[in-house]
Amino acid sequence: MGPVLAGVLQLLALIGALALAYIPLGNYMARVYSSDKHLRVETWIYKGIGADPNTEMRWPAYLRGVLAFSAVGVFFLYLLQRIQGILPGSLGFSSVNPAQSFNTAVSFVTNTNWQSYYGEQTMGHVVQTAGLAVQNFVSAAVGIAVAVALVRGFARSRTGELGNFWADLVRGTIRILVPLSVVAAVVLVACGAVQNFSGIHEVGQFMGGHQQWNGGAVASQEAIKEIGTNGGGYFNANSAHPFENPTPFTNLFEIFLLLVIPFALTRTFGVMVGSIKQGYAILATMATIWVGFVALMMWTEFAHHGSALQIAGGAMEGKEQRIGVGASSIFAVSTTLTSTGAVDSFHSSFTGLGGGITILGMQLGEIAPGGTGSGLYGMLIMAVIAVFIAGLMVGRTPEYLGKKIGTREMKLAACYILITPALVLIFAAASMALPTPPHSMLNSGAHGFSEVLYAFTSAANNNGSAFAGLNANTDWFNTMTGLAMLLGRFLPMVFVLALAGSLAEQKPVPVTAGTLRTEKPLFTGLLVGAILIITGLTYFPALALGPLAEGLAS
Amino acid sequence: MNNSVSNTARLLWAALRALLVLTLVTGVIYPLAVTGVAQALFNNKANGSEIKADGKVVGSSLIGQQGYSLDYFQGRPANGLGTNSVNTQYKLILSGATNLSADSKVLVKQVEDAKAAVVKNNSTADYKVKPSQVPADAVTSSGSGLDPDISPSYAELQVHRVAERNHLSVSQVEKLVKDHTDGRTLGFIGEPTVNVLELNIALKSLVTKS
Repeated sequence: MGPVLAGVLQLLALIGALALAYIPLGNYMARVYSSDKHLRVETWIYKGIGADPNTEMRWPAYLRGVLAFSAVGVFFLYLLQRIQGILPGSLGFSSVNPAQSFNTAVSFVTNTNWQSYYGEQTMGHVVQTAGLAVQNFVSAAVGIAVAVALVRGFARSRTGELGNFWADLVRGTIRILVPLSVVAAVVLVACGAVQNFSGIHEVGQFMGGHQQWNGGAVASQEAIKEIGTNGGGYFNANSAHPFENPTPFTNLFEIFLLLVIPFALTRTFGVMVGSIKQGYAILATMATIWVGFVALMMWTEFAHHGSALQIAGGAMEGKEQRIGVGASSIFAVSTTLTSTGAVDSFHSSFTGLGGGITILGMQLGEIAPGGTGSGLYGMLIMAVIAVFIAGLMVGRTPEYLGKKIGTREMKLAACYILITPALVLIFAAASMALPTPPHSMLNSGAHGFSEVLYAFTSAANNNGSAFAGLNANTDWFNTMTGLAMLLGRFLPMVFVLALAGSLAEQKPVPVTAGTLRTEKPLFTGLLVGAILIITGLTYFPALALGPLAEGLAS
Repeated sequence: MNNSVSNTARLLWAALRALLVLTLVTGVIYPLAVTGVAQALFNNKANGSEIKADGKVVGSSLIGQQGYSLDYFQGRPANGLGTNSVNTQYKLILSGATNLSADSKVLVKQVEDAKAAVVKNNSTADYKVKPSQVPADAVTSSGSGLDPDISPSYAELQVHRVAERNHLSVSQVEKLVKDHTDGRTLGFIGEPTVNVLELNIALKSLVTKS
């Protein structure tokens, strides 16, 4: 069997596994967020928080919950890194400096997991497990909570109530993320991922001498890192490191984990708005883009254009032998079309066009299928835009899922889609214009610019992967990517929740012969087109200077 | 005004308590429970898959090593492997890739040099390696710099050299490589591999025996 066929079969196996999980997981998540019963452990937690989980919140209150919880998260994680030097179980690692602590704290709270530090020589056991991994869970749960609030906005009428933030946060963590992670972590250990709390480990080598590595709670963190679409590696090499991703099977399993919740949430959406077909239409949009991108990536990576790759005879630079070109291509597309940012191969050494596909994937807004929660709400915003465009064509007030898309709704949706491109382009342009920041570039020419464009695309879209040659551990990049991550995460959430509130107050519009049928393939086609055109027009000039220039030259 | 300040304070206090409770669940109980299961059921794997030769630990089967002499099989280049610069009290391995672009002049030189070395080192008196025979994994650095594996074709390319230097027959060494070649998982997942450390341990014991 050739590597291309093996790559295609792995893609098909992945699709099969995702399809099997789709209905049970999607239905289960719908029950989790619709049930009025509390588990005993949850009632203890609510007592600990001092919150009544049965109080309904309007959108400002829900938003205040999100912001307060995230602000406290940033502060706590910052503090934990700053005092690492005196914490027990820190392997003798010193405290992290202020700029890097700020960047890392923001990065994990915003579900980005951009890392300007080297995992294995910076973070001890306490910061990794009780700091970073905790945010892997709760930032994912916050993302799902906001998505569920928007879904309730579509599903409810003549109320402004969107649910209870604390209940959604706790349920997402306790009933969805923790159980899935326990199972996944044990599978990973069984395949060879490490899981211990021993200190720095020194072993002999075959030719004599010694090597040192640090163990840690790697498998448990790896599991939630993928399931929560976080992506922050325990080690610098992330999922390319054999201790994080030991076998070809774990590699495919990790791709499955990072896709399963974002895809299944479309089922949850369908169930909660009372029309499973609407969920399928959104799923079809996501799947079309994802499969299309994987096909393009495999094509360019197997063709291995680029002078060094041509001499080598294959695009194996930055890729692991056990994983190979095919599965690395699937991973790279999946991690950048979700907000994960974990890598099993290094995107900077991909072909020029392959690197461009990873950047474009993030620039679509990470909605195919996107991050846990953030993918669904991002896609629903695009659906609102698409029905608006369709409404303009026929001269009719647009509506989606029985709700009118009026001036207020469109303003909020438009603000949402403008924020991220503005952040990406302004920060990238400023970095190129100033004298010092370009010194961080490893490569020169078009690829050097791509490194900077990638950095801010990744930060503002909360992805976390990188063209990792860029030295991001400078005051400029630590601060500016930190700001891009904060604004790129929370400003969109403000508009999503405001939109949810305004939709929930409406009374439903009856379906008539003139209603655009948003559950039909025609709408899926319209939505895919709208996404590609809007993103294409926004980013084309920047892409032409970076990856397109590089890809076309080779 | 006072009211809104006290409301904000109450909200932040609730948020802090929520964070602490969830830290207890996801940051303490969860990793400890997984560690307990891992240590009980998969002790060797959870601690790094250490591998022994002659009763001594010689590394991990998952972590590739540098510096094999030409008597042994060579692993992949690791030009992205870093040195520890932050915490110098340890000599930790710092995993990483080169991150050089596909058309980088530096990378072109690395690949050309590696290819020339592979051709030169593996050509023996009666076996000449052609540059076109050298597989991509032999001249490129992996993502982690710690790739424990090489492709079967790179292993086969090294058979004549290894046989000559260890005074073994080519067929003996070919058999050794074949025995240490793992196909794709279930026939289609990943790529075929040869674990370099395990192969070299087996080679050493074969040499000692004969």
